[in-house]
Amino acid sequence: MSSGVAIDLENVWIKFGDFVAVREANVNINGGDFFSFLGPSGCGKTTILRAISGFLEPSDGRILIGGADMAGIGPNKRPTALIFQNLALFPLMKVWENIAFSMEVAGASAAERRKRADELLDMIALDGQGDKLPSELSGGQKQRVAIARALCANPDVLLLDEPLSALDLKLRQHMRTELREIRRRVGITFIYITHDQGEALTMSDTVAVMKSGVIDQIDTGHNIYDHPSTPFVASFVGENNLFRGKIKQISGNEAVISTRRSGDLLAQITPSQVGKLSVGNEAMLFIRPEALELSDSKATGKTSISANVVNQEFEGNSFSVFLEGDGGKQIKMSVPNLGQDNIAAAGENLSLRYDAANAVVMPVGELASE
Amino acid sequence: MKKKMIFSEFFKNNGVVMGSLLMGLVGFWLVFLIVLPQLSMLDYSFRFNLPPAEQGGPKDVYTLSNYQQLIYGSDTTRQTYNTVDLMVFVRTIIAAMAVTIFNIFLCYPLAYFLGQSKGSGFVRLLVVLLIIPYWINEILRAFALRIIFGDSGLLNEALMLLHLTREPIDFIRQDIALYAGLGYAYILLMLFPMYNVIESLDRNQIEAARDMGASWLRIHRRIVIPHAKPGIASGATMVFMLSAGALAAPQILGGPSSLWFTQLVYQWFNDSLNWQQGAAYAIVLLASTIIIVLTVMKAFKVNMGDIGK
Repeated sequence: MSSGVAIDLENVWIKFGDFVAVREANVNINGGDFFSFLGPSGCGKTTILRAISGFLEPSDGRILIGGADMAGIGPNKRPTALIFQNLALFPLMKVWENIAFSMEVAGASAAERRKRADELLDMIALDGQGDKLPSELSGGQKQRVAIARALCANPDVLLLDEPLSALDLKLRQHMRTELREIRRRVGITFIYITHDQGEALTMSDTVAVMKSGVIDQIDTGHNIYDHPSTPFVASFVGENNLFRGKIKQISGNEAVISTRRSGDLLAQITPSQVGKLSVGNEAMLFIRPEALELSDSKATGKTSISANVVNQEFEGNSFSVFLEGDGGKQIKMSVPNLGQDNIAAAGENLSLRYDAANAVVMPVGELASE
Repeated sequence: MKKKMIFSEFFKNNGVVMGSLLMGLVGFWLVFLIVLPQLSMLDYSFRFNLPPAEQGGPKDVYTLSNYQQLIYGSDTTRQTYNTVDLMVFVRTIIAAMAVTIFNIFLCYPLAYFLGQSKGSGFVRLLVVLLIIPYWINEILRAFALRIIFGDSGLLNEALMLLHLTREPIDFIRQDIALYAGLGYAYILLMLFPMYNVIESLDRNQIEAARDMGASWLRIHRRIVIPHAKPGIASGATMVFMLSAGALAAPQILGGPSSLWFTQLVYQWFNDSLNWQQGAAYAIVLLASTIIIVLTVMKAFKVNMGDIGK
């Protein structure tokens, strides 16, 4: 079992004519990590993957795999295996031939190939299905065959281009667990491309959030969710209530924002924002729906917001309550379903509170669309 | 059962009046333009060539004499074979096969290029440029080729100008003009089915194979060609059938000594006014080409249904 091979992008730019697909990407991926590039479609994440796999050369900068510069080395010579978004299984070859294709290329005998394919089929719990055609398998089974085919050549790095996007919800959730399990077993580096934050957060050791060619933040999923470094990350990953305002006061690692419609609100300054904020500047304050809770008292502190209930939606594990604050400010609150019949009636005035540690403040910046 | 469903669905979608009209037209086409003419040829081929007065009379009975004529000629003792006509037949079939194979090799790279660089304006222009010569009548095209291949034609002039040859080459007598003309006459019928299937090939499959280290040759052998097989088969069938049954190109481009089997059929019908004999020759050609196509398809494991796609 290998411990995985590290991948480094050093100041990588990728341009198509005048269009900059990737701008100054600097990424260090540890060997054996499950690393995700997360971003909306068109953000350049697939371009990065294609550059790592060798299907295109960066316009500038270096890509290192296991410390070796990959410039001028074609996709077939790199220790990477790519799983395509549509899987790209060969429809006219049997499942076992698909899996062992890389060995066929290397000139292995049919018996050797069959043996290795059967081993891999065992690993993906599809033993005995080798003689079928890919079209005879279900979506999840095809998925696993594509993984087995990529693993057959014993790559050091597995590159996955949104491979779960075609599956239905239940299967997708199941495959997340399965992918993690496979990675644990083979121990190689996984680089995963997705626009689905759920996939990125649940599976990855490290996530890089991208927007229009720029990597905004590289961190653990947990830190990305709790301590987003830019308004884009805060609004793209998970849901967030945004309050705009001016910084009124900074003391230690907390700041008071004088919001336009919701009064003064207190927020934590996360380490990544230290030094970027100063009193009097415009700022954005984010509070997650689940960080808001009902307050018993009608207290009007710097961590409380008063708002009227507009309506509520039952989500299963939680209730989403949509409220309207002063001046028509839209606020969403999420309350766990603990068996309550109802959270509040429409029109009811509620007093909400939050912990300052759960609110993040940052300079004004671009938001994710929607 | 399944057919019934298709029909009822068809009527539901088009209404009874329109549906019957369309079905009627299809039926007319099938019966009057395909089935009945062939049946009447089949019937002709088994009859004697009688003067009108005797037709339908006591002498008008079925016979195999027209087929015997092809095999034994007019030799009533059946001792010697009709080598002239049989040789023409074999040569026609072999030459049609050669033209088909030549077209496959010529069209595959072009179809691959067109199919895999889809969407670009250059490709669309190229396709239009390929089609435009076919707006010109087949006979005119054959004459144009005859001029190009003639003793003082463009090709010979160019070859002599480049000092590649001192004497003009007799392309017509060598049958080079004939094969070029036949190849050119139906090349689009090979190209377009191939282009269609190759265009439908997912590019990711090629990239996946490349990622796994497959060579250019292996990618074509294992992925592109198996995928393109129905298109190749459909193109090859059409080119082979039409080449074997071509008349204009052999008539115009054929050398003085070379006869195409269709020319024999033509002579029986037109010069000898022996339709019965001509029909027998035509039926033999049709049956042989069908058998050959079916055999080759079986050998290459292509289904009839795939070709229809």
